[in-house]
Amino acid sequence: MALLSKFTHRKTHEGHRPWPRADVADEGWQQAIEALAGGQCTLLGLWGDAPQVQMALLDETAGQIVVLSYTCKAGKYPSVAVRHPPALRFERAIHDLYGLQAIGSPDTRTWLDLGFWGVTQPLGKNRPAKKPEPYVFLPVEGDGLHQIAVGPVHAGIIEPGHFRFTANGEHVVRLEQRLGWAHKGIESLMDGATLDEAAKLASRTSGDSTVAYAFAFAQAAEAALQVKPPPRAIYLRALMAELERLANHFGDVGAICNDASFSLMHAQCGILRERTLRAAGASFGHRLMMDAIVPGGVACDITAEGIVQVEALLAEARRVFPRLIELYDYTASLQDRTVTTGIVKPEYARQFGAGGIVGRASGRAFDARRAFAYPPYDKLSFDVPVLDAGDVNARVWIRIREIEQCLSLIEQILGALPTGALTTPLGKGKACEGLSIVEAFRGDVLVWLRLDGKGRVARCHLRDASWFQWPLLETAIEGNIVADFPLCNKSFNCSYSGHDL
Amino acid sequence: MRKTLIENLTQGPLTEPAPAPDEAGLAELAKRVDRLARAKLGRSLSIRQVDAGSCNGCELEIHALNNAFYDLERLGLRFVASPRHADLLMVTGPVTKSMREALKRTYDATPDPKWVIAVGACAADGGIFAGSYAVEGGVKDVIPVDLHIRGCPPSPTELLKGLMALLQAASGPLR
Repeated sequence: MALLSKFTHRKTHEGHRPWPRADVADEGWQQAIEALAGGQCTLLGLWGDAPQVQMALLDETAGQIVVLSYTCKAGKYPSVAVRHPPALRFERAIHDLYGLQAIGSPDTRTWLDLGFWGVTQPLGKNRPAKKPEPYVFLPVEGDGLHQIAVGPVHAGIIEPGHFRFTANGEHVVRLEQRLGWAHKGIESLMDGATLDEAAKLASRTSGDSTVAYAFAFAQAAEAALQVKPPPRAIYLRALMAELERLANHFGDVGAICNDASFSLMHAQCGILRERTLRAAGASFGHRLMMDAIVPGGVACDITAEGIVQVEALLAEARRVFPRLIELYDYTASLQDRTVTTGIVKPEYARQFGAGGIVGRASGRAFDARRAFAYPPYDKLSFDVPVLDAGDVNARVWIRIREIEQCLSLIEQILGALPTGALTTPLGKGKACEGLSIVEAFRGDVLVWLRLDGKGRVARCHLRDASWFQWPLLETAIEGNIVADFPLCNKSFNCSYSGHDL
Repeated sequence: MRKTLIENLTQGPLTEPAPAPDEAGLAELAKRVDRLARAKLGRSLSIRQVDAGSCNGCELEIHALNNAFYDLERLGLRFVASPRHADLLMVTGPVTKSMREALKRTYDATPDPKWVIAVGACAADGGIFAGSYAVEGGVKDVIPVDLHIRGCPPSPTELLKGLMALLQAASGPLR
């Protein structure tokens, strides 16, 4: 049964591709909320599009997506979070950006708006800001509790964010995150941008996932405009995506061990990461492969030297990495830090629809490459490793297993690289909409795009996997010692910029 | 572990020769660096990195400076955890409005004499994010900047060139 038929809906939007978008009234909206609360659907995203609020839902077993549009009445819509907590931060963000209000929301504090913009509701009424009310952290009660405030400027080379710990001695009783410091107003800059400009903005939503964002943005534009990129471009995109995943996983495995003071792994994994970035730079002219994927195809072909370097990288990684896995596995002092630390309960991973490493280390077998088999992954063979333990150790092992899959995928892609053109010309089309989901190294990136029919973006929403992972970090740290927070945080490696937009 | 360690000892270092100082960077610096600071600091510099709302691309390449290929510490440069221990702030991002105050406070917490390097295209003038309601539009609009290292993001080699230029100006013959 089609997912959409489960919800009472009115108009279906013809120009929305490849999945349907339909207008719903109170009845359909409530049905969706109940489906989320009952676990029959997973929330993929909730964003403002004044006067509407858009909600993307996933039926995991059927692999179907639907976008439901609720037209606000006097700027108000029924809260999703009141029945389904994963929607809470979205609702707070929608209020900050658009002024649309979730009726019945259990938490009406600001989220992205920290009171520094000089305006309120920048994508809505856009009025000069009054003096902001002081932000009240959630109450914590009990004897002998103390608070530790960290950030937004952190001690390492890290993005800005604020963490408020309440601890009893060494043990964390509650962590409350306060994010939004890296908010750049990307979605407002998207409004009216040309496709090229918008693709560049999307690529800089989270620099570590620049390929995944460019990939997702391009796919959304192509879906909207009904354009298929040439086969060679499709394979090159996947090659870039896997190189990006490989570089990040190498870096993360090393950095997690480093946060447990095991610097040998960090040094060794750092070498493999650097070799990956150099191979990427030699292949596509940019170490992070920024702007290499463009709507319609890819901006450049892989160089002959690049192919040589990528092949050398595969050989080197296969020679060195097994020994590093052994080193990780047999170092008891390191295992002592990672095993049973920072557990994400499988039911939370399921409820929040946590994607990527966080989800797969807690039993949620979701990978956008498998779930939607977007090309060329429909032609490539790979496993999606899943573990149930949900601790730091499990998140390390998911990365280790995915590194092995990446190496195999890169080899398959190089072996099957088709010849031919690099781009397909894009028309301006009529006004149309596209939705795309791409698996970045940390989880699924969702891009939703509306084009105005004159080659410009009317509205674009970018949803990082971090939105569903950050809240789980709050649950994972509970009962752990303060000193294990960096370890837990690194094992998640959520994006601040990707979340803050 | 033993095999890895022995191999590391016998293989010789991966570390590559440091690049020549960036000429343009040198020129920009020469104007600003105070004589006394040069004499006092010598060839040792503590760096505090501040992300003022970057996309995190610059952070990735700044991190790379610590890997075995670039090995920043051999040049007398190291990253420190507090601005109070720093001679140099390395700032990335277009300075979001939300980070303006935090950046200023970090600058004020850094003891004199101090330098500021703005890293990346958006730290120079807001880059692709310029004009947003949420962005200041460049580090120099918030705190004084001594050197810009451009690029989106600048590669570790470009970062190293900029830092070498700063070091040379700090310890070289007075001009």
